[in-house]
Amino acid sequence: MKKLMTLLAVSGLAVASEASADYALNLTEGVTELSRDIHDLHMLIFWICVGIGVLVYGILVYSLIHHRKSKGVVPAQFHENTKIEILWTIIPFLILLGMAVPATRVMIKAYDTSGADLTVKVTGYQWKWKYDYLDEGVSFFSTLSAKSNEARQLGSGIDPATVDHYLLDVDHPLVLPVGKKVRFLFTGGDVIHAWWVPDLGWKKDTIPGFITDGWATIEKPGTYRGQCTELCGRDHAFMPIVVIAKPEAEYREWLAAQKGAPIVAVDDSASHQEKSNDHQPEPLQVAAATGEAMSSAPAEIGEPLTQEVAMTLGKEVYESHCQSCHQANGEGIQGLFPAIHGSQVVQGPLAAHIQLVLNGKPPLMASFRNILKPQEVAAVITYQRNAFGNSTGDLVQPADIAAH
Amino acid sequence: MSVSAIHDDHHDHGPAKGLMRWVTTTNHKDIGTLYMVTSLIMFMVGGAMALVIRAELFEPGMQFVDPMFFNSMTTLHALIMVFGAVMPAFAGLANWMIPMMIGSPDMALPRLNNWSFWLLPFAALMLVSTLFMEGGAAAAGWTLYPPLVLQTGAAFPFTIFTIHILGVSSILAAINIIVTILNMRAPGMTLMKMPLFVWTWLITAFLLIAIMPVFAGAVTMLLTDKFFGTSFFNAAGGGDPVLYQHLFWFFGHPEVYVLILPSFGIVSQIIPTFSRKPLFGYSSMVYATASIGFLSFIVWAHHQYTVGMPIEGELYFTYATMLIAVPTGVKVFNWISTMWKGAITFESPMLWAIAFVVLFTLGGFTGLMMSISPADLQYHDTYFIVAHFHYVLVSGAVFAIIGGVYYWLPKWTGRMYDERLAQLHFWLTTLSVNLCFFPQHFLGLAGMPRRIPDYALQFAEFNAWSSVGAFIFGFSQLIFCYIVFRCMSGHGEHASGEVWEGASEHGLEFTLPSPAPYHTWETPPNVH
Repeated sequence: MKKLMTLLAVSGLAVASEASADYALNLTEGVTELSRDIHDLHMLIFWICVGIGVLVYGILVYSLIHHRKSKGVVPAQFHENTKIEILWTIIPFLILLGMAVPATRVMIKAYDTSGADLTVKVTGYQWKWKYDYLDEGVSFFSTLSAKSNEARQLGSGIDPATVDHYLLDVDHPLVLPVGKKVRFLFTGGDVIHAWWVPDLGWKKDTIPGFITDGWATIEKPGTYRGQCTELCGRDHAFMPIVVIAKPEAEYREWLAAQKGAPIVAVDDSASHQEKSNDHQPEPLQVAAATGEAMSSAPAEIGEPLTQEVAMTLGKEVYESHCQSCHQANGEGIQGLFPAIHGSQVVQGPLAAHIQLVLNGKPPLMASFRNILKPQEVAAVITYQRNAFGNSTGDLVQPADIAAH
Repeated sequence: MSVSAIHDDHHDHGPAKGLMRWVTTTNHKDIGTLYMVTSLIMFMVGGAMALVIRAELFEPGMQFVDPMFFNSMTTLHALIMVFGAVMPAFAGLANWMIPMMIGSPDMALPRLNNWSFWLLPFAALMLVSTLFMEGGAAAAGWTLYPPLVLQTGAAFPFTIFTIHILGVSSILAAINIIVTILNMRAPGMTLMKMPLFVWTWLITAFLLIAIMPVFAGAVTMLLTDKFFGTSFFNAAGGGDPVLYQHLFWFFGHPEVYVLILPSFGIVSQIIPTFSRKPLFGYSSMVYATASIGFLSFIVWAHHQYTVGMPIEGELYFTYATMLIAVPTGVKVFNWISTMWKGAITFESPMLWAIAFVVLFTLGGFTGLMMSISPADLQYHDTYFIVAHFHYVLVSGAVFAIIGGVYYWLPKWTGRMYDERLAQLHFWLTTLSVNLCFFPQHFLGLAGMPRRIPDYALQFAEFNAWSSVGAFIFGFSQLIFCYIVFRCMSGHGEHASGEVWEGASEHGLEFTLPSPAPYHTWETPPNVH
């Protein structure tokens, strides 16, 4: 523990001298009552450990200094003492008992998801999050921001320091009201992920086929960032979480905008928390862009696509849903994720291509039937069949998709 | 090769000549040497993988490897260190030392012994070869959680087969050790007179026999889920991915005690020798080890506090886990009391043992912190746990093994190692291990998840320190290889039979000549 204190001091100095505001040595207190309770519990155990450490290491160091042969000590020959042995079995037990009481209290609180004001369902996918506001009919995907995504590619040549919130920024953040008890329901779409925002005080695994839950009452408006914390494959490090907590009125406004905007623009701005909040979507002829909020009305088929629009929208869909496996250049990863470029599926009969996208290929590829709208599927298939050196010239229509 | 090869003058027959000696040997000392050398090689291989990880993490951004390969590195690094480095090192020490310590001429089942060793290099080779298979090596972490692990390419069945073979090897070694300890003790060597190293291995061996079949079963269920259409871990077929985690950790938690109990034994041998005092609280040490062994079976789900167990489960596993601190504390107090009022000297084995006590205890503190389930909702799967288990496994298990090697190397080879080089090795290792792993506590608390190849900018500095520490640590081990090689090739001062001042009072092995003859205790000693 001495070491710890020294290191703490040294690191403290280093931090101060660099005035690095983001730096943290300790657990955050967070912005909920629960996160503060957990922080306090953490500090309590920490100081108990420091206390025991000082005592134990102190005795050890004393012995190493004073009981060495070079000082001419004649070694004692005692080798047991029942009283002291019973004592140092019972005292630690009592200390543990003292720790168990507050631990139990906080854990019971952490599990009490009752009386929530709203419920958000969080689904982990490789490698993005989907948020469903269950009572509002609003739902969208949240993926790593384009700028971070570009910078994080091997040999991108982009200095991460030039990217705002490198790896901790998303295209569509989760927006929540301040002062309301939010219940989260978690599930996984493919493999197990874990949803963690340190400022909320906890993390929870998202398990395919099962529902887990958690809750938070955020006290302060602000932007809170976190990451996936359960290894979920290649891009585990690249599916961050951004929560924006807003006052109730602003949250309502945001929610209304989401509901009133079933048709929204492709958002090509990268890091834009503020921007996307008061973002007035420009109506684009076509369909909803991926991930942008939309009412989850029963899959409307949508208007026919032009080649140009299909290619633009298709590229967006590709980047959010396909690229992490099949790669930005469409070459895939050998032995794992097949290339789109020159693929027999892509260049072969259309029906097989549509089937593959809609049904997926377990366990590697998700079924996109319930993830993407028919327009989006049509667009991304059109894009795949006419990009990466493929040139079938096909233009797929939403109606073609709906037929499958 | 081992010096024992040239030392057979007062015995009827020595080892066979040439390479076949090592293939066909049934001698516990030869097999011990084979285990130790294999362990050292795998330690370097697993270490090289750790350096790939730390090189990529030296600064933000992706510099060297694809994320998929990075995940394979974290997976193989752990599997190799656990099954290829630490466990074989313990098996090697057990082979060398248990017969000499209990006054037995050899292990009870010598041919089985040969087989359990020779399974190991092939399994290790197969595991490493998965790196070159289509789709790359397993990349789901050493825990091999489904459904993710089912996405592994061609390497999948080979990884599982490797685990099966390693499991068979461990079970055979464990059976051999139990049979040897229970049946081959010299007259007068009652159970409660056995050296602590023997005791800890006896308990470890029972743990191994209990857990390896569970692990083998769990990975076989993965195999049938992938290839034979079963749905043990697939919710769509009525299964549960979390069931695998319960099975894995029912194996995995006792497994981490398999990796530490023999270390407790080694340290309990070293400290009394260099304190020139008997071990304090021998019988409470035995009971504490047995309690830890028992508790290890009933705490597994503390690795799963975030999977959404019922609150009763969370609380039960919290309480049970906290209890482990009691017997572990007893051990630490006993070691310190052994040193208290002793006449301590600081030869290399003692330095490693003291560092073990200090750093393992530090790892114990963070372990206690993580046992508290609500706090673990924050710590779980962050660098805080990475720091924790490296403190207990590197500065715990590995330090004890290295200390044990320095302690017994003169007995094995008849040569004293170079004390100055050994001290250099100790200080470089200890300082670099702390530079490598201490900052990871801060990283975890500040919010850095584990198993990621790239990270946000606020984590940059501690990661840079950690990587520098890792590289110094890695390359310092070359000094160790050199020191060991010098002794094995017959360089250095001759060691006396007792090796360390007064050591013959602390173990039967130090009443034998150095190097230990090829056959020892053909006539059992009389133990009072």
